[in-house]
Amino acid sequence: MTAILETDGLSISFGGLKALDNVNLSVRPGEILSVIGPNGAGKTTLFNLISGVYKPRSGKVLLEGQDVTGQSPDKLAGRGLTRTFQNLQVFQTMTALENVMVARHLHEKRNVLAHLLALPSVRRQREETRKRAMECLARVGMEHYADQTADSLPYGALKRLEIARALALVPKVLLLDEPAAGCNPRETEEIDEIISKIAAEGMAVVLVEHDMRLVMKISNHILVLNFGKKLAEGNAATIAADPHVIEAYLGLEGDEGEAGAVAE
Amino acid sequence: MSVFDTVQRVVGNRLSLILIGAMLLVLPLLMTSSFQMRLAVVVWVYAMAAIGLNLLMGFAGQVSLGHAGFFGIGAYSVALGPSQLGLSPALSLPAGIAFCGLLALLLGRPILKLKGHYLAVATLGLGMLIFMILSNEVELTGGPDGMRVPRVVIMGWKVKGTETWYWITGIALLISVWLALNLINSPTGLALRAIHDSEVAASVLGVDVARYKLIVFVISACFASAAGGLLALYNGHITPGVSDFLVSVQLVTMVVLGGMGSVGGSLVGAALIIILPQFLTVMHEYEHAFLGLIMILTMVFMRSGIVPSISKAIRSRRHDSNS
Repeated sequence: MTAILETDGLSISFGGLKALDNVNLSVRPGEILSVIGPNGAGKTTLFNLISGVYKPRSGKVLLEGQDVTGQSPDKLAGRGLTRTFQNLQVFQTMTALENVMVARHLHEKRNVLAHLLALPSVRRQREETRKRAMECLARVGMEHYADQTADSLPYGALKRLEIARALALVPKVLLLDEPAAGCNPRETEEIDEIISKIAAEGMAVVLVEHDMRLVMKISNHILVLNFGKKLAEGNAATIAADPHVIEAYLGLEGDEGEAGAVAE
Repeated sequence: MSVFDTVQRVVGNRLSLILIGAMLLVLPLLMTSSFQMRLAVVVWVYAMAAIGLNLLMGFAGQVSLGHAGFFGIGAYSVALGPSQLGLSPALSLPAGIAFCGLLALLLGRPILKLKGHYLAVATLGLGMLIFMILSNEVELTGGPDGMRVPRVVIMGWKVKGTETWYWITGIALLISVWLALNLINSPTGLALRAIHDSEVAASVLGVDVARYKLIVFVISACFASAAGGLLALYNGHITPGVSDFLVSVQLVTMVVLGGMGSVGGSLVGAALIIILPQFLTVMHEYEHAFLGLIMILTMVFMRSGIVPSISKAIRSRRHDSNS
């Protein structure tokens, strides 16, 4: 099967600093691609470029073979690409259910005049949206939170709420930015299950994550970034054995260990 | 649970409409002078404009300090329609609303790209520009002296008298409340609230942020111009003062004082800002100081506005008695 999402030489710099330098990636439907790297390696910047939040200085983003570089996030959502955020972007004043209902936006008729006049068709559609949103909440095990406002939900639930919201869009490509950050082992396990399940249904998932056990377990493919550049690429076994990766990533611990030994 | 929620919401909407309708019916029985009725007409009209502005501010989270400009355009269109275009006054009102909506559509596109304070200053400028045009185009508008607004005649019946206008503006207010509540409870309303909470999250979920800001800006401008047009038709005379900067500030105050995001709050806010100064005239030169003091105290003790604060207090009390 051919790739559904590809980037070709993606680059951007902020104030002379190359935040991302010539990054290529490719992911196929049903595949989980993990992007890892130390803090500041450019992982979230990569997501911002792919999802249209920033425009790249050079390079291309291809979605289903079509050049979508620089298109706005809502246009990309219309083409089936959405994302979650590392620093949660939940709609705080809404209930969990309403949060998910927003993501059904593109599946609804958007006739403002009909909305102003509350035509019966709008009400029928509303019920459909509510039902679908409820199903998405159920997929992440959150149906019992449906009527609670987001600002009263625990952190782990908000992480899952963002995933439910993204699923409601029925995307083809889903970018998950540290979905397990700050979650306890049990919550991480739940998120692992959710991600594996949605990939099994044919969705392409790009994952940025620091939890190495999760990454090594569920990724089909891993891309390692360091200082905005690709450091290594391959499956879990190759990455774990790659000397560059060990040096840039795991090597730090080794250095500390040696320093500690010397001090002793 | 979700079915119950929907039922409650629909009943809730109906309930606000029934309450306001009942108030419209009962108030004339309690009024002792035509002056009070005049005041009520002015309250209904300003409440309409405030409700429109609340859709923009309270739901989409975008400020406008220039809404008196749209209010003024609505007011002048019912004067200019008949004198310049030969339209009947009754027809000039919808024509003015349509013109105002079109203007908001054109001007809103560049202005709404701005955020926060910059948006505030840009809309302030827009309102002032409209005020300047209305005051300085003496040939057309009569300048600072204003101009006469012909009476509405419907099939030979001359629409005049404060009581008649009480009912006309009252029904217009009911329709405004109905439209606003419909919008709020529609997918459009949900998209606007999403934009308010997080623009970036709304956009990655497919909400065209710029388009929705523009839509609500146009709708709120239409509400303001409808209100301005009705006030002009009622008064029979209009001056550029209706589009003054201070009127814009009054409208914003009505929205914030009554409660951002609360349609009923805008009605309460309008009533306070219009009626309170009448009571405070006994304070003579301290009138404005007292008005200011009341506003400050309200905002300090009811941070989210009068209506949301009170309904929150009632809800928590009910919650306490249940548990």
